[in-house]
Formats: sequence, C-alpha cells, structure tokens
Amino acid sequence: MPDQKPNLGVTNFAGKISSPNPFWLASAPPTNTGEMIMRAFDAGWGGAVWKTIGEPVTNVSSRYSSVDWEGRRMMGFNNIELISDRPVEVNLREMAEVKRRYPKNAVIASLMVASTREAWHEIVSRSEDAGADGLELNFGCPHGMSERGMGSAVGQVPEYAEMITAWVKEKARTPVLVKLTPNISDIRAVARAAKRGGADGLSAINTINSITGIDLDTFIPRPNVDGKNSHGGYCGPAVRPIALNMVQQIMSDAESALPLSGIGGIGTWRDAAEFILLGSGTVQVCTAVMHYGYRIVEDMAEGLENWMREKGFETIEDFRGLSLNRVTEWKHLNLNYKIVARIDEQKCIGCELCHIACWDGAHQCIHLDRVSGPVDGHVELHETPAAREAASRASIAVTPVTRRERAEAAETGPYPTPLERIPRVDETECVGCNLCSLVCPVEDCITMVRMDVDVAPETWEERGKTGNRE
Amino acid sequence: MSTATLPDDSELRARFSELKPPLGGQAAVIEANRCLNCFDAPCTAACPTHIDVPGFIKRIATGNLRGSAQRILDANILGASCSRVCPVDVLCEGACVMHRYNREPIQIALLQRHAMDAYHESGETPTVKNVAAPGLRVACIGGGPASMACAAELCRHGAKATIVEKRALPGGLNTYGVAEYKLRATESLSEIEMIGRMGVEFRFGVGVDSAAALEKLEKEFDYVFFGVGLGAMQQIGIPGEDVDGVMNALELISAYKTGNLRELHGVVVVVGAGNTAIDAANAARRLGAETVYLLYRRGESDIGAFDFEYEHAKQEGVQFLWRRRPLAVRKDAHGRLLLETVQVRLIEGALEPVPDSQFTIACDLLVPAIGQSPLTALIEELHGVEVRDGRIVADLATGRTGNPRYYAAGDCVNGGREVVDAVAGGKRAALAILKAAEARYA
Repeated sequence: MPDQKPNLGVTNFAGKISSPNPFWLASAPPTNTGEMIMRAFDAGWGGAVWKTIGEPVTNVSSRYSSVDWEGRRMMGFNNIELISDRPVEVNLREMAEVKRRYPKNAVIASLMVASTREAWHEIVSRSEDAGADGLELNFGCPHGMSERGMGSAVGQVPEYAEMITAWVKEKARTPVLVKLTPNISDIRAVARAAKRGGADGLSAINTINSITGIDLDTFIPRPNVDGKNSHGGYCGPAVRPIALNMVQQIMSDAESALPLSGIGGIGTWRDAAEFILLGSGTVQVCTAVMHYGYRIVEDMAEGLENWMREKGFETIEDFRGLSLNRVTEWKHLNLNYKIVARIDEQKCIGCELCHIACWDGAHQCIHLDRVSGPVDGHVELHETPAAREAASRASIAVTPVTRRERAEAAETGPYPTPLERIPRVDETECVGCNLCSLVCPVEDCITMVRMDVDVAPETWEERGKTGNRE
Repeated sequence: MSTATLPDDSELRARFSELKPPLGGQAAVIEANRCLNCFDAPCTAACPTHIDVPGFIKRIATGNLRGSAQRILDANILGASCSRVCPVDVLCEGACVMHRYNREPIQIALLQRHAMDAYHESGETPTVKNVAAPGLRVACIGGGPASMACAAELCRHGAKATIVEKRALPGGLNTYGVAEYKLRATESLSEIEMIGRMGVEFRFGVGVDSAAALEKLEKEFDYVFFGVGLGAMQQIGIPGEDVDGVMNALELISAYKTGNLRELHGVVVVVGAGNTAIDAANAARRLGAETVYLLYRRGESDIGAFDFEYEHAKQEGVQFLWRRRPLAVRKDAHGRLLLETVQVRLIEGALEPVPDSQFTIACDLLVPAIGQSPLTALIEELHGVEVRDGRIVADLATGRTGNPRYYAAGDCVNGGREVVDAVAGGKRAALAILKAAEARYA
C-alpha cells in the first residue's frame, strides 16, 4: 500500500469555510491583532477566530487566574477580560490585510454588539467587506459583557439567540456560527434556537462561570482587582470532559446538530481527535497557546496525521463522528457485561494504591494476603488496611550495614516486587468498577479482563419490560 | 535549659561545604508531588523509626510545613540530623517503589530536611504531656542519639529524664563524629536545644565509670538507660603506634569539628575501609592534605563502607592501597612518620604477607580507623546485665536488660549501626520504661 499522506484539510465547513487543517485559534487574546494572527498562521494554524469585535471596552487588571494541580501549572484557567479593546475599524483594517496575505487560512470574525437589528446588520456588513470567511456570534462570554445585555445574556435565552441569529442571517453572505455558552442547564435549548434562527454552524463551548480560588492570606478570590474579584470564565484542560459531553449532546440531537467547531481544553492532537470523533468539523484552541505559544500546533498537526495514518483515515471526514453512536443512555447498557481486575505481578511496583482505593473507595476485594508456597484450602484473611499498617509500624527495622545484610535486603524473589506487597484481586467479589486500574501508576499493570458469563446481554430497559425493576 | 554551643566558623563552613544543598521551597513541592503516596509505604517500613514518609511528604505538597515536621518528630525526634546522616540508599530511598518504576527514587532525605529546617528555624518545641507518669525519673547515660531519643520520648509522656554526659557538649557522635559536610556540629546542637526546651535535663562533664557512680544514680532515679555507645577507637597494634603524629579517626573528626584542628599538610595515611575511615580520609583532604592514602588489608570488594561513601572518597581524591598491612611506624630524623607496610594475599582464609613486598610510606599523619573497641570498663560493673562480645545484651523490642531497672539501646547494644537505629532503640526503650513504670505504680 502506498504511503498516502493523510489530508488534514477542511473543505466547506458550515457551507463555505475552508482551511488547511482543522486547528483554529479561538476568539481570545492569541487572536487580538492581525500581526499575532499572521504569526500564528506562519506557525501552522489553519484558521483564527478574531478576538471579538464590538464597541471597544476598558479592561481591568489583573484579568487571569488559574488552578494548578500537584505542581503542574494551569490545569484550569480563568479570565475576566472583555472583548477587543481596539476600535472596530482597526480590527477590520488588519483583518483585510491578513486575508490579503493569507488567502488560504480561515479568518472568522467574532462579533458582539448591542441587541438591535441595525447594530448587527452594520457589523456583519463591515466584517464581510473586510474579507471575513465567516462570522461567529459571541453569545457565550460569561462575564462583564453579560451585564450589558450581551454575550451569555443572549446565549442563556433561546428566544434572544434565535432572534439575533435571524437578524444576522438576513444580511450575512458568509457562514454564520453561533458560539454557545455552557452556563445553562441544557445547552441544546440554545443550539436548537440557533438552528431555528438559521445558523450555519455552532461553536461550543465558551467558558464556564468560575471562581478559581481564594488567596488564603488576604481572603480575596483570584484574580484580584484592587481587593475585589468577579466571577470569570473557566477553560483549559480541566473543562475538556464537560465540553466533550456538551458537544456529544448537541451532535446527537437532530434539532441541534449543525457543523460544529469544538472548543474546550484542547491542547494536543489527542484532544482534537476526541472532539472530531464526537462530530466536530474543526477545533478551536486558546489556553494551551496562552501557556506555550503558537508552536504547539506543530505537534497537533503531526500527531493527528500520524494517528490517521495508523488508523487508515485519509481525511478528517473519515473519522468525524465515529464515536457518537457509542454514547447511549444508561438504560441501554448491558447489565450482564462482566469484567474483573487483573494485576500483572511482573509489572507491579508494590505501591498498594489499588488496595487502599478498593478498600476505602470501592468494594474491599483487593487484598494483601499473598503467600509463598502451597496453600491448603481457602485463603481469606481480609486484614483491614489499618491492621496492616499497624503491623508494619510495630515491626523492628534495622539499617543493613554489612555487605551481607545489604544483599539480603535487596532480594525480592521471583517478582521485581516482594510477593507480600503485590495485591491480589478476589475475582468473585470484584465488581469491575475500574478504580484500581485508574489509580495504578504503572501502565498496563492492572487490566480489566472480560469474564465469560452464561447469560445473554440484557439492558435495564429490557429488564423493565419483563417486570423486573432491580 | 540552654546547652553549650560552638561558635559559627566560616572557615570550617567553607572547607566542608554541604554535600547536598537543601531544596528550595518550590523544588520541594515539585519533588513532594512526585511521591505516589503508597499505602503501607515501604519507605516507612524500612525506616528504623518508621517515619510516616508519604504523610510528611504530602504535607509539604499542600504547604502544611509545620504539620510535616510534627509528623516527622512524632516518629523521630532527631529528624533533622537523620535527614542529613542517614544512609538513605539502603533505607527509605532504597525501598522507594520508584526504583521498579524506572524512575529516580523520591528525594526523601532532602524533603525531610526541608520540613525540619523550617521547624527548627521557627524555634518551635514539640508539645509534651505533663500528666502521664508524674514523678517517674530516668537517667540516660551518654549524650548521644539513643539517650536523646529516649529522654525526649519520656518527656513527651510526662516523665522526667536527665542526660548524663561526660563530655562538654551533648550529642555524642552527632556532634563530635559526623563529617561536617553532612551534619554541622552547630546543627546538631540546635536540635539538642529543642530537646532541652522540651524539658530534658543535661548534666555535662559527669562520667559514670564506676559502680559507686552508678549506685548514686540508682538512688536518684527510678530507671537507668544506657546509651553509652562504643568504646574508644581500636589501636592497630603495631610498634610505634603511640608516637606523636598518630591520631585516630574519631579524634581527627572531633578535633576539626570543634575548631581544634584547622589545617593539614603533606601525606596522610588512614588505616581501615569503613564509613568512618572514609569520613576521616575525606576530612584530611578538605583540611589541606595533598596526598591521602587509605590503606586496607583486603580488596575493594570487601570494604565495610557503603558504596556511595566509597564513590565519594574517590571524588575527594583519596587514593586506595589495597591488600596492604601496616607493620610498624617510627619517626625519621626530621620528625616525619615512616610507616612500614607489606602486601598481603589470602591463602586458605588467612592473610599472608607477600615476600619482598615491603615498602615504607613517609607521611605526616597516621589515622587508625579500624573500628571502635567494645565497652569494658563500666558495663562489667552492671549487676544482672549480660555482656556478650563487649555489647550489652538487651531485648530488641524494649531495650530491657537482665536488670529490670536497666535499659539500653544504640551502639552499645547493636555493636555500631546508624543514628536512626539508635533513635529507634532509644524510643522503644522509653516506651517500655513507661509501660513498666505504669505496671509498677498501678
């Protein structure tokens, strides 16, 4: 088979938008100016959604805060920055320049103006005159702008969202994407409204209302603006699962589904692949670029390409949405699917995290009762974790000082780890919950193995029909 | 009470710069976050004092530095010095599961030091109970780690403990015998100051070396704990060994640590290949000796020193003379030492001289470092206490000797192990004394 290079190109997204790859910069600080966007395109970004254009604002400082996790920075990121603080005409003049120099890259104008038909008609015309390939209606910004009746104030009321989308569609010649806020009980309500209003596509999700943390010395939540804080918009790796769920909800709902640009914690090709598998046609990135710079797109493109090659996908469309039919309602899951945990004794390092997790967080079926040599009959010691620890603390340990003592201390027997430190799974009790395999720090040490069961698959819904409600 | 101190000596500091610099605050948090937080952690099990290692490390990660230090002190009152002197390669860090994970073990010693240094800097003192055993009085003979751990544990439970030490400063080998680039004497003393603040009493310059002295103590105290360590360093047993210019390893180390030996020149020969021999040889290099030989009658693979100590000595520029035995030492006309040596080889289990292999090394200092001799003087006077191979026979779990009022731990029982073993033994003995006293007064 000839080594066909997979094609990352996006063609006619939402009708008419094309870009050399599905990686777009989200409307945010990395797309603040034409100069920045051109550098991003040079680095390899396929498209950019311009930092939201509208009546210029005055911003506060500071504007950002983050959630660090176990020594890693910015697991979650939060901002209270508003839309562009630069005049509309400056943004549009630069946009024209970018389009002239980078005709193949997608440039999307993110827009937010007062909720009048005239204001929207005017900004749509001016943006398209500047050469925008598409428009993204910012109905999502959760802070500041919403207090002025814009952003998520629109996105949280389906009727407003539908009305403004319809106004924009009266004028627009380019595709219209509606950016959705997650700060609503069911994101499909607004997705459906946008679709009714005539939107050509959706962008989801915008940031999530958040307070990222509080300074424990001053008691002021971050970010601190002269002693006060205002809730911000949360994004970054921490929000990805929430975003994936909402993308799936939209794309599985016939009344919502539209070409979708996936957003929310994307920083690697793996993240991008997941959003595409749930139906996204393009993906948008912000936090990861704010953390590491435009250069991250290189690995995103290469990694996705290599994965596509490995899987035999030639285009993005080949795998877009493939995972959608793998998400179902709980009532359709097979109640008779049985798996149990298996520990690989050769890989186990003896940290015993699976043991304590199973005892304190699951079903008490991982034990520390392995013994060497033949066992006569049933072994079920079930020593509690506390008893185990107490025994260790009561033992007498001595520093090995002679060569012989040191050699003896280093001996472990047939496994890399002393046998008594390798936990044992009681397969008859194991409920197959996965917890042990999740806490195990060693890759492929604990695997979940399917058990043969003599019963036919049965879902809860099916069981209900037989009158059994257990 | 306030214990005696040593002045800060900048020259000593410069010559003996720390082997392992401390971690900065953020580096400590990053390192702490690497810890997997094992259940029933093997590092904790390997530590003779069973410090809750994941427990104190996770407290560093969350910024609960005070709680971290308290966690360490709960198990080991000498947590600061142990973090510097423990051979962690064969203890906690050697047991770290990271070795089987293809990763570097967690830097437990440096993390422990991080928490302990902050604690000692704060000047805080661990809380002591004042109720448990009122009136119980225990004398701890010897001012080294075993006695300090025993006395501190007794104090924590409300008993009165008095350390009786024959030297001018407390701490035993922690103050006088550990290489300065690992543990400074001043650091040892500030740790002991904390023990003093806990209520432990110290009597300095009091030797207990006769039955009469012991009887006096017995009258004053309910129990006597022996943390007397080992005897003086052994002599090599060669002619001329008592000439000027022969100074054993512990004498050399305590002399430079207390500022009484500031500089060396020329050639120094250390005889022996244990950890103390290495400490002395390295010290000689740092004090200015141009050439330092370590003379050992057996081969490289037989040395008693830990591997990392041996590697360290090579880096310090110590040269090794294997399978060579000293025969005699004398002085030449200029007052230099002439050490006669001979090559030996192993024949049927015995080291035999190789014919015509003698040569004489001209040197300026000869340092015997072939181990400490067993105790003799005092312990032979102890009623009801069995002494075997120069060691006090005591129960490992309780430190109890054949005499129900005598307890013992540390080097005088185990024949010479690490500081952490002495701390563990002293602590166990304290708990056993408390239990015995409770039974007695109940």
